[in-house]
Amino acid sequence: MQAALTTSMTFRYFKQQVFFTVVRLSALLIALALGGLIAYIVANGISAISWDFLTLPPTDSMTKGGIMPAILGTLYLTIGAIAVALPLGVVSAIYLTEYAKQGRFVRLVRIGINCLAGVPSVVFGLFGLGFFVVFLHFGSCILSGALTLGILVLPTIIGASEEALKAVPQTFREASLALGVSKWETIYKIVLPNALPGILTGSILGIGRAAGETAPIMFTAAAFFTAKLPSSVFDEVMALPYHVYVLATAGTHIDQTRSIQYGTVLVLVGLVLGVDLIAIVIRSYVRKKKRW
Amino acid sequence: MNRHQKEIFIRGIFAFFAFASVLILALIVMFLFREGLPIFKEVSVADFLFGQEWYPTYDPPAYGIWPLIFGSVIVTVFSCLIAVPLGVLSAVYISEIAPASIKDITKSIIELLAGIPSVVLGFFGMVVVAPFLQDTFDLPTGLNIVNASVILAIMAIPTISSISEDALYAVPSEFKEASYALGATKYETITKVIMPAALSGISTAVILGMARAIGETMVVLMVAGGAAAVPESIFDSVRPMPASIAAEMGEAPFGSGHYHALFAIGMVLFFLTLFFNLIADYISQKFKEVGSATL
Repeated sequence: MQAALTTSMTFRYFKQQVFFTVVRLSALLIALALGGLIAYIVANGISAISWDFLTLPPTDSMTKGGIMPAILGTLYLTIGAIAVALPLGVVSAIYLTEYAKQGRFVRLVRIGINCLAGVPSVVFGLFGLGFFVVFLHFGSCILSGALTLGILVLPTIIGASEEALKAVPQTFREASLALGVSKWETIYKIVLPNALPGILTGSILGIGRAAGETAPIMFTAAAFFTAKLPSSVFDEVMALPYHVYVLATAGTHIDQTRSIQYGTVLVLVGLVLGVDLIAIVIRSYVRKKKRW
Repeated sequence: MNRHQKEIFIRGIFAFFAFASVLILALIVMFLFREGLPIFKEVSVADFLFGQEWYPTYDPPAYGIWPLIFGSVIVTVFSCLIAVPLGVLSAVYISEIAPASIKDITKSIIELLAGIPSVVLGFFGMVVVAPFLQDTFDLPTGLNIVNASVILAIMAIPTISSISEDALYAVPSEFKEASYALGATKYETITKVIMPAALSGISTAVILGMARAIGETMVVLMVAGGAAAVPESIFDSVRPMPASIAAEMGEAPFGSGHYHALFAIGMVLFFLTLFFNLIADYISQKFKEVGSATL
């Protein structure tokens, strides 16, 4: 009887239904978590957003005014990180996909990249402190922070670029080489232009991560408050993620600044997810338009 | 310089830049050692790792990081209890069950979830999850192991889900077809054929998700509560290693024992995640070919 029950078709489909429901619920739960999080942030943060909030510096020991210096600081740090990581990442990816042959050297490089990708962000912060700030005497400044964030996103950019380069069909390279074009020119004029949209969208997703990171810039670049805007790369800056952290945990007016905290969180999430969303949309558009 | 020489020259330059990642990794190790090793003149390695007391600012200071290690391990394990089922099942949903249109949306959702800055999740834990836990369970504080585990799980889910999905996707369709041909239902095919075939990839995903959770800083800094003691219940506060580094580095005088001790915690954290990553790398290399030819 029991055997007949467990093997009957109805029971097997029943099990399937249960399993599918659980699976669908897990996906739904994740979607709800994201949706709930964003809805909560928007609902609480939107009232703090105003033109003054975005364009004025903080006043009255951080309890009033805006967050303009923090927005600017995050932009500087992110652009700096791109300037460090994008060229280095793309060149590494070109080497790995176009030039490298399987061997010890490539295996070593790959392990290096994988391990670098796994280093905790706070360890990058310690490294930035030990190397850029102390050893190279840069001090806590934009340059140290941008370099630290740059090496943090390097593995992501290498990964994205490799994927984009691999997606360019082998026949393109063969056609070019058959015409007598040298390898470098084939890469430069045929492979790279075709891989560029993929490289850029993939990299943007990685760079969004850099903009939102807090731990690596805590000891290398970020200041709670700067009276003036930075005038060189050797100045400390305010940054959005650090601003959120400090106001929410260490300030003396935690409750008074709640609305500023929500507003800053909304601006940060808006910036990061906005950029991510644009990259995702462009990527799916490019994929659909692909001629091969 | 003729064409051939130019090609060799370019190749050399590219190889050098590709090697930069290895050099950076070496520099990271070097500087962690340089700033971290001096602490072992004051305290032995065993006392440092297994010492029960972390009072770096007392006189005399106590540099035992066992409570911190324990805190890290416990929030990582609990967050995995939530993140592994959700991550793996959502990957199953995306790769096997979802219709094409919903599939892309679900993938984007997971990608966006990965993009949410950790400080924002930490903030959410402080202002939403903590008061909720405090009221529901009538606790002195909502900043505790449960809170940190839930928020860390949200961070680890995208990692686990996207890598598991790649692994499921890589299972050859012949496997699926053969299973259907034998009369298996879709459920039986997924649980008895596809998931076992993708097991190495899923294990890699879980390990990398754990590595991400154990190294995550802002979340545990903001919502784990910060008590440097071995917890007695899941509603106790803990102070995981990354939180200790981030919270105390600002106050530790440069070159002091405390400063070196924090770098030494960084070393422990670095080697712990390195170990996780090397295992993941080993598994994914060893079981790389799950093709029809190998079975």
